[in-house]
Amino acid sequence: MTTETPVLNSEQNRRARIERRKAVIMPTMAIIIALLVWEGLVRYHEVPHYIIPAPSLIAQTLVKDWSSLMSSMMFTVKLTMLSLLCAIAGGVLMGMIFALSRTVEMSFFPFAVILQVTPVVAIAPLILIYVHDTFTALLICAWIVAFFPILSNTVIGLRSADHNLRDLFKLYRATPLQRLRFLLAPSALPYFMAALKIAGGLALIGAVVAEFVAGTAGQNTGLASRILESSFRNEIPRMFAALFLVSVLGIVIFLATSWLSRLVLGRWHESEIRREA
Amino acid sequence: MRAAATTGSQPLIEIKNVYKQYGTGIVAVSDMSLSIEDGQFVSFLGPSGCGKSTALRMIAGLSEVSAGSITVNGHAPGSSSGPQDVAFVFQEPTLMPWASVFDNVYLPLRLGGMSRAQAAPRVEEVLAQVGLSKFAKAYPRELSGGMKMRVSIARAIVTKPRLLLMDEPFAALDEMTRFKLNNDVLRLWQEHGLTVIFVTHSVYESVYLSNRVVVMAARPGRVVDDIAIPGSYPRADNFRATREYTESCEIVSDALNQTLGNDDINH
Repeated sequence: MTTETPVLNSEQNRRARIERRKAVIMPTMAIIIALLVWEGLVRYHEVPHYIIPAPSLIAQTLVKDWSSLMSSMMFTVKLTMLSLLCAIAGGVLMGMIFALSRTVEMSFFPFAVILQVTPVVAIAPLILIYVHDTFTALLICAWIVAFFPILSNTVIGLRSADHNLRDLFKLYRATPLQRLRFLLAPSALPYFMAALKIAGGLALIGAVVAEFVAGTAGQNTGLASRILESSFRNEIPRMFAALFLVSVLGIVIFLATSWLSRLVLGRWHESEIRREA
Repeated sequence: MRAAATTGSQPLIEIKNVYKQYGTGIVAVSDMSLSIEDGQFVSFLGPSGCGKSTALRMIAGLSEVSAGSITVNGHAPGSSSGPQDVAFVFQEPTLMPWASVFDNVYLPLRLGGMSRAQAAPRVEEVLAQVGLSKFAKAYPRELSGGMKMRVSIARAIVTKPRLLLMDEPFAALDEMTRFKLNNDVLRLWQEHGLTVIFVTHSVYESVYLSNRVVVMAARPGRVVDDIAIPGSYPRADNFRATREYTESCEIVSDALNQTLGNDDINH
C-alpha cells in the first residue's frame, strides 16, 4: 500500500526481470553442458552403445520409436492421472471423516499406515493375483502409494483451523456445511496442496513400479514395460529413451502441481507469497 | 463495594452467582454476579488469571457456565432462540487470511444467509466507518496490525449487534494506534447505541473508555470492585489531563493493587 517513485520501481522491475531470466537460463545451460560432456566422452572413449549410448543416439531412438513410445507414455499418463484422482477423492473423503470423528480415525488410521509402510513392490504380486483386470490391479497399486500423503495432510489441514475463527463461526451459528466450506476447507488447502505435490510424484512412481512387478508385455502397456522389454533385448538406447520420457512426465507433474499451488495459495499463504527484498 | 451508576433501564445482561470450573479443577470464575444495563460501556479489569476473558466468553455463549445463570436480553447466551445481536472481537484480529477485507467483513452476513449483493451496501458502510473503504479488495496480510483490528471491528458491527464483547483487543498494538482505536470504539459505541464489555489489563484504557469498571482478582477469579467512572462523552482531547480522569485512575489503581496484595498474601 505504499507509493514508490516510478524510477525506483522500474529499476526494481529490471532487476526482477534479470533474476527471472537467470532462473531459466542457468539450469538450461547446465543441462546443455552436461549433455555435451556426455556426448564428447562417449565419442572420445568410443564407448559401445549397448553400454552407454550417446545423447544423440538416444534422441534418434526417440524419433525412430516415437509411435510405440508415445502410446506407452499415454498408458502411463492415464494410469498415473487416474490413480492420482482416486487418491485425491479417497484421501479427501477419508480425511474429512477422520477429521470429524476421533473414534473413526483411531480405528482406521492403522490400516492406512500399514498400506503406506508396506512397500508396494511387496503387495503388488498379491493384488495381481486377486484382481484379474491388469489395468485395475496397476491402478490399485499406484493408488496405495499416492493416497497416504493426501489423507494425512487433509486430516491435519482440517484440524488446523484457527480456534478463534472456530469460535466466531460458533457465535454466528454457522451450519456444519458452512463451517466446512468457509473455514475448514480453506484452512486445509495449504496442507492439501503440499500433499498434492508429493502424491503427484508418488502416483507416477507407483504406476511404474506396479508395471515392473506385473511384467506385462504387448500392445496396451506403459513405459515401464518398454524399459523391461528393451532390457531383455539389450536395446540400451531405447531404455534410455523410455527413461527420459518417465523423467519428463515426472517433471511435468511437478511443474503442474507447483503451478496449481501458486494459483490457489498465491494471494494469501506464506508459502507461495513472493516477497520483495 | 461502590455501586455503579445505573441509568435506570432494564438490564441487558444479568449474571447471577456464576461459577466456572475447568476440567483441570481450576476455578476460573467464582460466584460472579453482575447486571449490565443497555447502553453501558463496561470494562473488566484485572490481572491475568482473574477470569475476565472466561466471563466474556460465557456471556458470548462460547464457554458454558458450571453453575449459576447468565441471561443476555432475556435469553441464555448461545441459545438458538435469541436474536443474533452479540458480536465478539478477539485479542488477535482473527481474520481469514484467504479472504479479502470485504469478504472478511461480509462473513457474519453470509453465515446468516444474506447474498453478496444484498450485503454489499452494509459492508461498504461499516468499512467506511472504520476508515477502510479503499482496502475492501486488500488481503489481511497487506494490512498493518491496527488496520487488521479495524477490519475485525467492522466485522463485529456489520450485523448491527446490541452487545459488543471485546477481549483485550488492542493489547498487541502500539500506544498511538491504541489511542486512535479507543476513540474509534467510543464513536461507534455512541453512534450505534451499543452496549460494550471491554476486557483489558490497562487501568488507563479502562478509565478512558468506560463509564463503569469492574475490577477482578485472581485465584479464584472473582469480582472485587465495581467503580462508576464520571466524565462525559465524547472524550475531550485533553481528557487524559483532567483531574476527573487522574482521580478515577487512582481509585481504580488502588482497587487493583488491593487484589494483587491479597494475591501475594495467599501465596
